Amino acid sequence: MIWDTILQPFAEYGFMRRALLGCIAISLGATPVGTFLILRRMSLTGDAMAHAILPGAAIGFLISGLSLIPMTLGGLVAGLLVALLSGFVTRMTSLREDASLAAFYLISLAIGVLIVSMRGSNVDLMHVLFGTVLALDDATLILLCSISSLSLVILALFFRPLVLECADPQFLRSVSGLSAITHFTFLLLVVLNLVGGFHAIGTLMAVGVMILPATAARFWATSIGGMIVTAVAIAMISSLIGLLLSFHFSLPSGPAIILVNGLIYGMSLSFGPVGGLVAQTTAKQHIQI
Amino acid sequence: MTNRRIFLKSAITLLTMIASGPIAAQATKPTPVVATFSVVGDMVKRIGGDHVAVTTLVGPDGDAHVYQPTPADARAVSEAQVLIENGLEFEGWLDRLIKASNFEGMRVVATNGIKPLPFEESEEHHDDEEHHDDEEHHDDEEHHDDEEHGHNHGTFDPHAWQSLRAAVIYVNNITSSLAQNDPANASAFYLNRAAYVSEIKALDKEIQKMVDTLPSDHRIVITSHDALQYFGDAYGLSFMAPQGLSTESEASAKEVAGLIKQIREKDIKAVFVENIADSRLIEQIANETGAKIGGKLYSDALSGPDDPASTYLKMIRHNGTTIVEALGN
Repeated sequence: MIWDTILQPFAEYGFMRRALLGCIAISLGATPVGTFLILRRMSLTGDAMAHAILPGAAIGFLISGLSLIPMTLGGLVAGLLVALLSGFVTRMTSLREDASLAAFYLISLAIGVLIVSMRGSNVDLMHVLFGTVLALDDATLILLCSISSLSLVILALFFRPLVLECADPQFLRSVSGLSAITHFTFLLLVVLNLVGGFHAIGTLMAVGVMILPATAARFWATSIGGMIVTAVAIAMISSLIGLLLSFHFSLPSGPAIILVNGLIYGMSLSFGPVGGLVAQTTAKQHIQI
Repeated sequence: MTNRRIFLKSAITLLTMIASGPIAAQATKPTPVVATFSVVGDMVKRIGGDHVAVTTLVGPDGDAHVYQPTPADARAVSEAQVLIENGLEFEGWLDRLIKASNFEGMRVVATNGIKPLPFEESEEHHDDEEHHDDEEHHDDEEHHDDEEHGHNHGTFDPHAWQSLRAAVIYVNNITSSLAQNDPANASAFYLNRAAYVSEIKALDKEIQKMVDTLPSDHRIVITSHDALQYFGDAYGLSFMAPQGLSTESEASAKEVAGLIKQIREKDIKAVFVENIADSRLIEQIANETGAKIGGKLYSDALSGPDDPASTYLKMIRHNGTTIVEALGN
């Protein structure tokens, strides 16, 4: 029973093992970054960056077709450009970061759509941009694993300043010159992980793996470390369940994985011990009695 | 394009005015015709010759499943006297485009009168897998297709041009509509038709002969999306694909696993990529099963002029030879 439903698909089919490995890599890399995103109240930044990446990857695709490196580089350059420009505008003018980010990602998106349309309708670009986790080849897997490793190492190096940025950015700015560097390194991590995620499940779905487990983990853990560990665990379990659902019930894999994440988020929201709805009502009752 | 056409138009008008006066000029001006995608566009060019000016909405290597019309297309449609579509719900965007562009000409469905294949939802291999009775399956197909397959892909498989026999019906429909619209040149259209149809029939025989050389257990073809059922139906090949009829659908792990199982069990030697579909999944399947990539098939669009499928007949010939060569080894 357990063999048939859970192990057999992975034992028998290489593409399932590859898909799982790819998802685990994304979970390890993107989810901790997502945890910091929500702690810094920047959840929607992930979404904006995902859109900012699309045109870069699209241009890479148009120049050299469906090859890994140009699309990765294109996405990275477009994402970083948007991050840097909006960061620059925020620090130099009175415009808030969310507004300047929105402005730049919309411009980037429009440029991308323009370039793609001028080239004419080719192989449907959305299909290319919404990667498929079932078709990960060796090069893509290596890229995904490298990105996750790099992301984890950078995160470890910048862990303390990042936590400070979350808790008290003013304090960090007053005691250390690392504030700006920390911020841009963090944005680099966001872009890096989204670019990796887009090869596997598409940029927009990659935001799901980044944000959803982190929001769910918020209802289970109180410390940042605890949240990160919980979030990564949730992301990995969701990937496994999502792939198995796709295997047994013939659902498309990317959405299946994200929806399992969403389901876990819903359950955490209701039953999570830290500020979940049920926990809150029981706590209130205690006070009333 | 438009500039060139205006230039051509005025050049022709001027020339004919010099030659034979303004009334004749009206008759020799090429009829503006819009074809929805490259295959039909090529057929119209063959039949209409110099008497038509064809605008093809979804060009070479374009994917008509997910096409987005542009304002230039709307203008082409509004100026057209004849609009030729594939039909069978292949061009889901066409109704809106026609409404938006005030098209007042003749709308022709090229598949009118063919015997359409029911939409199979690429379920055949799953049924096989679960050891369903073959006959039961065919029963299913014939009686329940309306209810079972009545979602947005339509009830029938639209890719009928993949059968040369259906292509003759396309050609007939196109010819009669062009002739009806422009009776003065009807004889020219019918002459072109006759030559074209004999080429089509010759190619049909040629491919049948090639396919007949394949042993009966080497006749399963794996492609990216289910576009070649008509080709298979005509020559006794069976086609399977991880994606369904439309390139829009995303493959599920179950379908991919089903295909891999089939390839292993039936010892299928080659899989094929398509010009309009994402090839990564097929490459991965080939990798996992040890089957080789047999080549690129042109399914829903012709290739550009430099590639091997720049016309409809070249496309079918290319697909036929590619499949037979890869499966014959």
